[in-house]
Amino acid sequence: MKIEARSLSYSIRGKLLLSDVSLTVQPGETLALVGPNGSGKSTLMRLLAGLARPSQGEVLLAEKSLARLTRREVAQRTAIVEQQADTAERITARSVVELGRTPWLSALRPWSGEDSQHVENALKTVEMEGFASREWATLSGGERQRLHIARALAQRPGLLLLDEPTNHLDIHHQLSILNCIRNLKVTTVVALHDLNQALMCDRVAVLSGGRLVALGTPQQALAPEMVSGIFGIKARWVEDAEGSEPFLSFHLA
Amino acid sequence: MSAAAAITWQGVKGACLALPVLIAAVLAGAMIGETALAPDLVLSVLANKLAGAGLPVDPIDQGIIWSYRLPRALVAGACGAALAVAGVVLQALLRNALADPYILGISAGASTGAVAVTIAGLGGGALSLSFGAFNGALLAFGFVAILARAAGAGGSRAAAAQIVLAGIAGSQLFNALTAFIIAKSANADQARGIMFWLMGNMSGVRWPDVWLAVPLALAGWGVCRFHARALDAFTFGTDSAASLGIPVRQVQVVLIFATALTTAVMVSIVGSIGFVGLVIPHAARFLVGPGHRRLMPAAALTGAVFLIGADIVSRIIIPGQVLPIGVVTALIGAPSFAVILVRGRRAAR
Repeated sequence: MKIEARSLSYSIRGKLLLSDVSLTVQPGETLALVGPNGSGKSTLMRLLAGLARPSQGEVLLAEKSLARLTRREVAQRTAIVEQQADTAERITARSVVELGRTPWLSALRPWSGEDSQHVENALKTVEMEGFASREWATLSGGERQRLHIARALAQRPGLLLLDEPTNHLDIHHQLSILNCIRNLKVTTVVALHDLNQALMCDRVAVLSGGRLVALGTPQQALAPEMVSGIFGIKARWVEDAEGSEPFLSFHLA
Repeated sequence: MSAAAAITWQGVKGACLALPVLIAAVLAGAMIGETALAPDLVLSVLANKLAGAGLPVDPIDQGIIWSYRLPRALVAGACGAALAVAGVVLQALLRNALADPYILGISAGASTGAVAVTIAGLGGGALSLSFGAFNGALLAFGFVAILARAAGAGGSRAAAAQIVLAGIAGSQLFNALTAFIIAKSANADQARGIMFWLMGNMSGVRWPDVWLAVPLALAGWGVCRFHARALDAFTFGTDSAASLGIPVRQVQVVLIFATALTTAVMVSIVGSIGFVGLVIPHAARFLVGPGHRRLMPAAALTGAVFLIGADIVSRIIIPGQVLPIGVVTALIGAPSFAVILVRGRRAAR
């Protein structure tokens, strides 16, 4: 599903958090969103998900203005995994993933075998099948994060928005989640802190101070001069002896 | 099985489990009291009144059962169910374990309305206590709703906290007004009477109250039950609910108004009975888990049976004297809840 942001601006209490951001993500593409803390990544995510209304500009989801869709229609097309979503309820892992089916259910369309199948598949994708009956409180940060991703997958969205999904994950699960995201046939926008992980995506958008400062292939958008200026560090390309793809190495300027 | 049939079947199964328990509780409410009356006597009265059976029954017994105990038990059941469901809904919606039906200022407003009519003499004796209480409750709720709306202009994220804070402000204001009116014009007897009413008083309940409380409890139940899945979606907060397709603002408004209205009516009939709306939801959650499609019926049934039981105890525990039902709900409820809390913790380990 194609998503298009048209000159989005967002301000709250007179503070401009996002200014004139335009970008288009093609169907099936994975776009990484990078930038320093407070650069507007989460704000852009919330605008793309329709959780906040832009002060200016608009978001088009498959050529339709987001503002014209109902919440339910948006949720049938878009799933978002936000940072730090927690609960004190004694809810099981499976129930968390089952929440993902909410936009598809109604009084006339109750839970069915198909819904259970989507939940099973989503649990399998994030390698959490064995944890299905565990209570939320007994799970680690990484396990909770994987459940949130499974919940989003169970929503069967055409657009998946992930706000720093690899936070709290060990390196194995970081890589497996990223791999899984890349292999999904859905359009994905993923905010990342690890620039080398962003290299694995189709394209990269770089935000700084609420503005879009670079958008292109990972090699273009994450060019060392760009990264060094924005993050206030020194970056350079490094190649290992085995001749794999080059990656970024950093040190303080 | 078709979709609609599946829903009906679930409902039928639930009703088959719940109805006998409810009927047994109401019958117990009609039998037990200062004069204990046999079950067959209660059934004879019901047969006479409902089917015109013409069985020979002492008219005094018939009067006790039909005019006093039965309406009382029915209203207690409706009230217990409504308060418990309102508690479930508000705890989920506001994501606050301490939320209860009175968090929106309703109990405080009702007491102000009650004392304004009975003590300050508002309406010159033409208004009833219930009328005053109901309007006071709505007034306080209106104040809280407007305040929450004015404070929550920043979006839905902080709205739950704003509602709770607005409710606290509203409750404090109306409690102060109540205290002011009592301090200014009440004599000792009036003050005592109001104190009793504030803790819940079922002694004035008659059939017209049943016709108000029972349909309203059912309607409130219907509205809340319809939103059960939406409430589940609030597990991870309002943003998460919105991203799952829930029209957050609309659901909040509908459910808050529905719970406020049912609570206001219940309070105007029986006074502000504490504890039920706060603790029964937690007790039910321990029994059936947090999913609202099971939690709501469980809370409604537990609340109804609990309040009918509390009313029975309030009538018989001190011979010749009726205790305010709020005292009984807390006296029985607090220790039983302590047991559930401790057990629940052990089970979770």
